[in-house]
Amino acid sequence: MTPAPVHLAGERLMLDPDGALFWPAQKLLAVADLHFEKGSAAAVQGSLLPPWDTRATLDRLAALLRRYKPETVVALGDSFHDARGALRLHPHDLARLNLFAGAHRFVWVLGNHDPEPQGLAGEAVEEWRLGPLRFVHQTRPGPTVGEICGHHHPKAHVQTRAATVSRPCFVLDAKRLMLPALGAYTGGLDVRDPAIGNLFPRGGRVFLLGKDRLFSFAYQPIRTRQPAPPA
Amino acid sequence: MGTLPEPFLSWFAAQGWAPRPHQLAVLAAARAGESVLLIAPTGGGKTLAGFLPSLVDLAERPRAGMHTLYVSPLKALAADIARNLMRPVGDMCLPITIATRSGDTKTDERRQQREQPPNFLLTTPESLSLLISLPEADKMFGSLAAIIVDEVHALAGTKRGDQLALCLARLGALAPGARRVGLSATVAHRVPLQAYVSPSGQADGVRVIEVTGGAPPDIEMILPVGRLPWSGHMGLSAAPEILARIRAAGMTIVFVNTRAQAELLFQELWKINTDTLPIAIHHGSLELEQRKRVESAMADGKLRAVVATSSLDLGIDWGGVDQVLQVGAPKGVSRLLQRVGRSNHRMDEPSKAILVPANRFEVLECEAAILGVAARELDGDPPRPGGLDVLAQHILGVACSAPFLPDDMFAEVRRAAPYADLTRDNFDDALRFVEDGGYALSAYERYRKLFRDSEGRVHVRSDRVARQHRMNIGTIVEEPLLKVRLAGRGGGALGEVEEYFANMLSPGDTFMFAGRLLKFLRIRETTLEAAEGGDGEPAVPAYAGGRMPLTTNLADRVRTMLQDSSTWSAFPDSVQEWLATQRKVSRMPGRDDLLVETFPRGDRFFLVAYCFEGRNAHQTLGLLLTRRMQRYGMQPLGFVATDYVLATWSADEPTDVARLFEQDILGDDLEAWMAESSMLRRTFRNVAVIAGLIERQHPGVVKTKRQVTVNSDLIYDVLRRHQPDHLLLRATRADAAGGLTDVGRIAGMLARIHGRVRHMVLSRVSPLAVPVLLEVGRESVRNQGGDDLLLEEAELVAEALGEAEPPPFRPREPPRLRTRSIGTHGQGRLFG
Repeated sequence: MTPAPVHLAGERLMLDPDGALFWPAQKLLAVADLHFEKGSAAAVQGSLLPPWDTRATLDRLAALLRRYKPETVVALGDSFHDARGALRLHPHDLARLNLFAGAHRFVWVLGNHDPEPQGLAGEAVEEWRLGPLRFVHQTRPGPTVGEICGHHHPKAHVQTRAATVSRPCFVLDAKRLMLPALGAYTGGLDVRDPAIGNLFPRGGRVFLLGKDRLFSFAYQPIRTRQPAPPA
Repeated sequence: MGTLPEPFLSWFAAQGWAPRPHQLAVLAAARAGESVLLIAPTGGGKTLAGFLPSLVDLAERPRAGMHTLYVSPLKALAADIARNLMRPVGDMCLPITIATRSGDTKTDERRQQREQPPNFLLTTPESLSLLISLPEADKMFGSLAAIIVDEVHALAGTKRGDQLALCLARLGALAPGARRVGLSATVAHRVPLQAYVSPSGQADGVRVIEVTGGAPPDIEMILPVGRLPWSGHMGLSAAPEILARIRAAGMTIVFVNTRAQAELLFQELWKINTDTLPIAIHHGSLELEQRKRVESAMADGKLRAVVATSSLDLGIDWGGVDQVLQVGAPKGVSRLLQRVGRSNHRMDEPSKAILVPANRFEVLECEAAILGVAARELDGDPPRPGGLDVLAQHILGVACSAPFLPDDMFAEVRRAAPYADLTRDNFDDALRFVEDGGYALSAYERYRKLFRDSEGRVHVRSDRVARQHRMNIGTIVEEPLLKVRLAGRGGGALGEVEEYFANMLSPGDTFMFAGRLLKFLRIRETTLEAAEGGDGEPAVPAYAGGRMPLTTNLADRVRTMLQDSSTWSAFPDSVQEWLATQRKVSRMPGRDDLLVETFPRGDRFFLVAYCFEGRNAHQTLGLLLTRRMQRYGMQPLGFVATDYVLATWSADEPTDVARLFEQDILGDDLEAWMAESSMLRRTFRNVAVIAGLIERQHPGVVKTKRQVTVNSDLIYDVLRRHQPDHLLLRATRADAAGGLTDVGRIAGMLARIHGRVRHMVLSRVSPLAVPVLLEVGRESVRNQGGDDLLLEEAELVAEALGEAEPPPFRPREPPRLRTRSIGTHGQGRLFG
């Protein structure tokens, strides 16, 4: 497992191939878009997906906590898939989550999906600042500095000799770092989509998640859709 | 045997026909209330034989209600046959109503069919499943006297066939008296088809009526003038000879093996078509309207040739086709016969066909196929047991129609031949899966789709569940598709390409589709917009699973021919020379052994295994083999598979080769492979959609529910980890035995060659290995782990940009690569 070092706003950050960010100077771990209870949300809609997604996401989180032993854990929003998600947590999963939140300082940045997490340890904030960095759920186009964000679930396609390989990825430019979604059932949005492209107008780099390492490629976005020809 | 009653006798006479013996035989069987399997070549008046007893019965005893249900795998076939039936019904003023039912049937027509069922209903397996799921199903089908299943040979053994068999079992309960008629082409395995048609699911009790004879087809092989290609599957170099044959005949169907090949050959023919002969293209991804235009131009005799894929294999009788060309490997004797049968639908004259091999190996395969046709040695495996995913879909469908008792349903399902050996455990698991997902963690108590009443009968929970089910019916799962449309005013739809192909294109790229050169403009929601024209080397869309593997039977014949040099005189000189040199410098692959050659080339070692088990099996074996080589420290770097051989290359020399091909490869490495194989992930997705776990994405519908839809790969990973024996994973493994992964064929081969691996250590490439080596770098290796590919790509880009030193091992030839940065305003291609 080889993390990749990057720099943002003068701080040295480690990108983990499992899709998390570690900030060694502050012993801080950041994860994005956990989407707990997405499986049961689908079940409510009539698709009986396997119910272990929360457990699988917690397993990922547990591995990261063991690896980095952070003092602070920042969840960058959309920690639950929907407003009632926390209420559907299996008691076993709830206990485990609270165990984590007791052993570390947990900061729940609120996203568009979550209300205040109910019955969970840790603090809930709209955004979280530490040193030169700002942790938010969703970044907006325009000037900023040192912003760490989630929300878009970035994913990139690389056309290789044999196949197009598609993976979740980090997106980085001089001002922002966007994290991939960590949730077991979270899909991705192609980084070529203007919704992401408009946030990185000058391009940057993407880091695709691999089994033991990241794969880095140049990123040149499309900013807006091309205007349609006159009909 | 009896004869036809009036007015049928006069009507036949007025057409200048005499009733055929098999038509009378089917009539006699029907009068005795027997079910029948009618086996006849195309052009034998098969369909009329199937309907004749129903026509006679209703002429003698007119009555309301549905009398005969006809099911065909092709929508177009049902419509065509309905039209053909109108003629005798009209001529003889028979009191018979006829209707078709498919996805295209309009709402008011559907309602009318429900309220006043026609005497004859012609439909497809999917539409029948939908009807079965309606509350009115028992009223509609209760009066059935006969069920006719067309093209049984094309249905049995497929998931659509499973679906239909289950529906037939349901009809057996709704209308116990209905007799059945199965119509089939000649097949290798007859007993399973009898069982398929049978109301009991057992072969006895179904009378077989076979029409034999017919002139044997006249098949020849032509080669391109000049050099015979070493590799490639497109056969483009033979375009001048193909055009000459088209010119010399009235109407030709030029069959090819893939849609990509159809596009390329069509372009190649038009480049040299100086007489502008009317030549068209036909394949399954073209817009329906386009296909219909081509079909009616064919029927009207306005075309001289059509370049076609399997989209023209089955179905409507075109009449005036004078010859059939098969460009590229025939792949199997039955398939070749089916295609050859498309020409000259008169039984007494021979069909005419010409084979055009695209490379040297295909010359062997064509010769083997010609011998196979002469020997009437049909191929094809016996149908596999029915899929549990299809069963799950059916159980929910029946529940949507009416409540049932599980015991009754189990007995009913076992009367469908594909499920005759279904265990009660598997049935109960399928029922539980439909009920609440069937998970070991009972989390979905509250979201059950079924409930049981106090008498133990199973009901569907709500109308919403029923509606959801009806949207999800069917067993054909397509890759995500994008419509291809010409941009601008009046830009028409041309057809569909797979999403992943569209993802590979950048604005300005040229691609070939629907017989045109198009320039990619943009993607808008579910539409790919393109403009006419475009320059540069065009890309050609490929479609998943587009290639049929070589059949076992044909592979056997090729192996036998290689062994027996006395048969070589049938081959052109260049092929004879090629084989003779192989025998001198290495040896020939034997019938029951496995020849494996290893040799150094450049700074890597190649291993070439002459397995002859077809591409799909070789792809899977390649992945398993390279994993094992990795474990033994041979540093494998890649592999490539063709229909005939598998080649791997590695940094270290492979030794103790027999150990690599031990049978335990399917135990040790299979589980790891299950985790990684992209083919298996696709198989799982299909299973999950069919079983109703994942909702079908309807073409043209924008994904608005992005938040709810979950990628099947993610579900697969979670399920594999937490409940590896879940019904859907068992169904996925069962599917892996055949189809895209073909594990069953690997198992068979490993058992056969055990202790018979012949390892030749060579100092250089052998003649027989040249074709596969030419495929290296050209063939896609879709089964390979994504990480290796990403690493290779990342390193090459870094190296080309001067960011990294070349790795110690470098191929001598420049790699044939197209690479680009992410994003579509690319800094472009680094390698041509």
